[in-house]
Amino acid sequence: MIDPKRRALIMSALTGCAAWLGSRLAWAEWNAAAFHSKDVASALKGLLGTDSPETSDRIQIKAPDIAENGAVVPITVETDLPEVRSISLIAAKNPNPLVASFEFVDPKVTPFISTRIKMAETADVIAVVQSGDKFYQNARAVKVTIGGCGG
Amino acid sequence: MSEMKIRAKIEGDETVVKCLMTHPMETGMRKDSKTGELIPAHFIQEVICKHKDRVVLKASFSGGVSQNPYLSFKFKGGAAGDPLEISWTDNKGESQSAKVEIQT
Repeated sequence: MIDPKRRALIMSALTGCAAWLGSRLAWAEWNAAAFHSKDVASALKGLLGTDSPETSDRIQIKAPDIAENGAVVPITVETDLPEVRSISLIAAKNPNPLVASFEFVDPKVTPFISTRIKMAETADVIAVVQSGDKFYQNARAVKVTIGGCGG
Repeated sequence: MSEMKIRAKIEGDETVVKCLMTHPMETGMRKDSKTGELIPAHFIQEVICKHKDRVVLKASFSGGVSQNPYLSFKFKGGAAGDPLEISWTDNKGESQSAKVEIQT
């Protein structure tokens, strides 16, 4: 029989361990530093380790020129760059600019992604592509009539 | 919470996947219009897409993805009847997953 004090100590140590492990795992999977970044450069640095990808017109961004509603802006990114490992989406003037990042785990997946994002105000939508070990970006301006982050 | 909707259809030599998830996607920066208080962050962080039980695409989201997230991707090598599964986990540790068969 373990005395209650001892049991409490063991339990708290175990819980602490679990919490620590939990937070570590979450961090490993979801890049909190990059997603919490407040500017484009630090988001890129946090996510990809570089803040200056080369501009490439081989990345096509499909988006409306004018988005009536910033809460729902359809974005499609496509590229013919080789060995695409990831595509990341950034709304340059959002409070947290990094919106989403897609990892192409299996090479049979076409370097194409389509989703809908929120935009706080008129800004560039930036797509960053990791092609092999290199990074490329392209941008497209989207005019937002009503911002999509307010209450 | 209502179900996630997935459609996986063969078009030419590719399987086109379209998925609609049900989630409020709260950034944590929005204020409740009645109380004026911040609505706590509640958004999908991780999405995993599997073809025949193997991960093909992983996505990380912020609260900047629109409410009820839409995701579409394509891949080669899919056949009619193959299982296609998508699952998400949010910042509160809640998760949901759905599985469909690829259609011709």
